[in-house]
Amino acid sequence: MANKKRRLGWRFWTLTIDPTMAANFAALRSKVELALAGRVAAPFNYRDRQEVVTVSSGIPEIDLLTGGLPRGALTEIFGPSCSGRTSLLLSALSARTAQEEACALIDGGDAFDPHSAEAVGVELRKLLWVRCRNVEQTLRATDLLLQGGGFGLIAVDLSDIAPRLVRHVPLDSWFRFRRAVEDTPTVLVLLEQESNAKSCASLGLRLEAGAAVWSRMPVESAAGTGAGRAADFSRLPWGWLLEGRSARGEVSRSRMQKGNAGYFRGGFAAAPGTASAGIFRTQMDWDFLSLPIAAKRK
Amino acid sequence: MRPCIRKNMAFAAIHVANFMVQAVLRAEVELREKAVALVDGTAPLIHVVAANEAAWHAGIQLGMAQTQAQLCGVEIRRRSRAQEKAAHAALLDLGWSISPRVEDHAQDTILADLAGLNSLFGADENIAREFARRAAELRLQAHVAVSANLEVAVHAARGFAGITVIPEGEEARYLSGLPVQTLGPSAEALETLERWGIRTCAVLGALPVLELSERLGQEGVRLQELARGAHARSLVLAEPAEILEEEMELDDAVEDLEPLAFVLGRLLDQLCARLAARALSAAAIRVRFDLGDAFEREEQVRGKNAMTAALGGTEAAKTYEKTLNLPVPMRDSKMLLKLLRLQLQADPPAGGIVKITLGTDPARPRSTQHGLFVPNSPDPEKLELTVARLAKLVGNANIGSPELTDTHRPGEFRMNKFVAQPNETRARGRTNRKSAPGGDGGPAAVRRPATGCRIFRPRLAARVELREGRPVKIFFRGLYGRVVTASGPWRISGDWWREDAWQQEEWDLEIQFDGEDAGGSVPVNVSVNMQAIAPVPDAKAHMRAGLYCVYYDAACRSWFVRGMYD
Repeated sequence: MANKKRRLGWRFWTLTIDPTMAANFAALRSKVELALAGRVAAPFNYRDRQEVVTVSSGIPEIDLLTGGLPRGALTEIFGPSCSGRTSLLLSALSARTAQEEACALIDGGDAFDPHSAEAVGVELRKLLWVRCRNVEQTLRATDLLLQGGGFGLIAVDLSDIAPRLVRHVPLDSWFRFRRAVEDTPTVLVLLEQESNAKSCASLGLRLEAGAAVWSRMPVESAAGTGAGRAADFSRLPWGWLLEGRSARGEVSRSRMQKGNAGYFRGGFAAAPGTASAGIFRTQMDWDFLSLPIAAKRK
Repeated sequence: MRPCIRKNMAFAAIHVANFMVQAVLRAEVELREKAVALVDGTAPLIHVVAANEAAWHAGIQLGMAQTQAQLCGVEIRRRSRAQEKAAHAALLDLGWSISPRVEDHAQDTILADLAGLNSLFGADENIAREFARRAAELRLQAHVAVSANLEVAVHAARGFAGITVIPEGEEARYLSGLPVQTLGPSAEALETLERWGIRTCAVLGALPVLELSERLGQEGVRLQELARGAHARSLVLAEPAEILEEEMELDDAVEDLEPLAFVLGRLLDQLCARLAARALSAAAIRVRFDLGDAFEREEQVRGKNAMTAALGGTEAAKTYEKTLNLPVPMRDSKMLLKLLRLQLQADPPAGGIVKITLGTDPARPRSTQHGLFVPNSPDPEKLELTVARLAKLVGNANIGSPELTDTHRPGEFRMNKFVAQPNETRARGRTNRKSAPGGDGGPAAVRRPATGCRIFRPRLAARVELREGRPVKIFFRGLYGRVVTASGPWRISGDWWREDAWQQEEWDLEIQFDGEDAGGSVPVNVSVNMQAIAPVPDAKAHMRAGLYCVYYDAACRSWFVRGMYD
C-alpha cells in the first residue's frame, strides 16, 4: 500500500514538474505579459485593494449617508425627474471647483443651465461643458476625457435620455469607464433615470422626489401694505413663492461600506450600515426678501 | 593639446558645405546615405546644379542633363529655394542658440561672437563642438572654425572639414595650405592668379604688395590680406526673425490628409528643432497651403474667374490659411501634428496642395511651479488635444466653458474656450470665493444647497388653461397635467430697442400629471404649433409630478416650458 501510495505520489509529482509544461506556462505567461505591456503593469500580480479617498458631495446629508463621493471610482446617481439629481450634481461640481479642481460635464441631453449652476456656486471657468446630442457621443466623449485625465470630477448626465436607450449601452462601456478611472483622483459621476452600471459602480445612490416647499411672501414684501393681510395674499398666485424642495437619497450600492474601516478615507463621519436613507432639502436662490412684486430672480 | 581659452575676442564661423543638397536632405533624412543630385531649370534645359559626394562618385557632373543624371542611378531632386531659405534661417537660429551676436555672412555661412561664452561652455573647442552638435540636431552637417579674426574663421570653416580652432597669431600658417578660391576672388582675378601659378594662400601672401596692387588693384591687396589673415573688420549683427517659417514645395499636388501628415510632421520637426535652438516655444502655428486645382476643378475655377474678371472683380487667391492658437506655448512636434490634423480634418483644404508654409509665433516656454498641495489639473497640452478631439466629435460650438453674459434675457450665455487655469494657492482660492457648500474637510454645511434647474433645448411649446389669470391645467410632451401650486407671474422684459425684444410672464408650477391628453379639453386661448407639443417617447414614464418653470411669451403669444427644477 505504502509502495502504491508512493508510486502514485511519484506519478503525480512527475506530472506537476513536467518540464515541457512548465516551459509552456512560462512561454504563455511571457506572451500575455508582452501583449499587455504598456496597458497593464503586472497582469499576474494580485492587486491590493487601495484606500479609497472620498470627497464632499456638497450636501452634508448625502455625505453623512454615503461617506462622500469616492475618487477613482464610478458613482451612479439615479432617480426620476425632479428627484434632486441635478441639485446634487451641481453641489458636487460647486464643491470641486471651490477646491480649484477642473471639472467636466458631459451633457447627454444638453440640459445644463449655467445660470442655475452659477447660483449654486459652480465656478464656470473651471468647468468644461460638452453638449452631446446622443448616447454614442456621450460615451465617446467620456472615453476621451477619462483618457485625457487631470479632472477632479467628470459628470456624465444621461438623465434626459430615454431609459430604454441607456439600457442598450453595453455593459463593457461601464466596465471600461470603471477601469479608466481607477487609480486616478477623478470622481466619475453618472446621472440616469435608472441604474445601469450595476456592479461597475462603487457607489449607487437612488434619489426620490420629496415635497415641494412653498412659502407665503411676507406681507410687507408682497404688497407693502402693512400687517394682517397675509391670509388674503396667500390665495393669490403671486402670494406664494417656491422656496425649494426636498429629496430622499438611498444608498443602493456601496463598495466602501463593505470593507474594513480603513478601506476608505474621507472627512465624513459616515456610519456604514447605520443609515440607509437621508433626506436633504434644496432651496431656490432668490435675490430679494424685501422687494415688492417686481422682484426678480438672480 | 591644451584647451584654448583666449583673452581677446574670438569668432566662430559655421559653414554648411554643399548647402543646396543639405537644404533638401534636411527634410528627407533617409536620403543622406544615398547618392543625390539636384536639378534646376525649365524643361527641356533641366540640368544638375548640385550633388553629394556619393553622386560625384556615381559619375554625376555639374551641368549634366536630367536624363543623363538618371542613367547614373542616383536620386534626383529638384532644387528648392524655399528649403534653402528655411535651412538658412535654421543656421541663423543655430547661431543665436549659443551667442547673442551673430552675423549673417552668407547663405551657407554665419559668424558668431564668442565673447563671454568661455565661462558657459569652457574652451573654444567645446564651443565649436557645441555648434556642431546643435547643427546636427537641426539636421545640418556644419564645419566650424574659431579664430580671433573674422575672415580667417570664415575661410577656415570653408576650407577645413570638422572643427578647427586657430590659435592667435597662427592664422597665416593655418590658411597657407588653402587654395585661393577659398578667398572668393572675382573671376578675372582668379584667372590672373591661375596664369601666374598662384594656387595657395601661402604663395599669394608672399607676393610683394606694391606689385600686386599695380596688377590686380585693390582686390589684389584685399586678397593678400585675407591670405595672410590680416584683414580686419567688425561683426555686422543680424536681427532675429519675429516669425519662424518652414516651407516646402511639392512635386505633385497632395489631396489626401494622410500623405500630407508626413510632410507636415517633417516640417514641424524642423520648426520645433529651431524653436528649441532658440529656447522658445510656439504660441500659435500658422499654416498656409498653395493650392493647385484638379483638371475639372480648374475648368470650373477658370470659368468663375472669367466671370469675376468680367464683373470687374479680382481673381480669388488659391491659398488655404489656418491658424492654430495654442492655450500654452508648446514645441512638441507630435502633439502639434495631432492638433493640426484634427483642425484639417474639420476643415479640409479644397484642392491639391502644391506648397506648404508653416509659420509660428514664438513665445517663451511655459514655466510652472508645482506644489504638493495644489490640486491636480489637466495637462494643458494633453487637454488641448482632448478638446480638439471632442470638438471634432460634437462640434466646436458645443464644447467649452460657459460664461454668463451681461444681460437679463433668460438663458443667455456664451461658450468660451476651456483653458486649464493655473492652479492658485488654496488659501487664495478660498478667500476670493463666496462660501462654497461643503469641502473636503468635512460635512460642515455652509448653506443649504440650491435647487438645480434643467433647461429644455429647444424650448417646449405648451398649452395652458387659465382660470382667473392663473394656470390650472397644462399640456406638453403629450402629457396632461393639473397645476397643484402656481407662483407668478414674474414679469420680465428687455431689449425693447432691438428687433428681438423679449417680454415674458414666468410661472413656477407644481404639476401633477394625470394622463395623456384625450384631445377633448384643449384650451382655446392660445394657438401653438401642434407638432412641437407632440408626445415624446418615454417621456410619460417618469413624469408623474414635478416642478416646472413655464412662461408666456408675449412676443409670440404662446406658452412654453423653459425647464424643470431637479
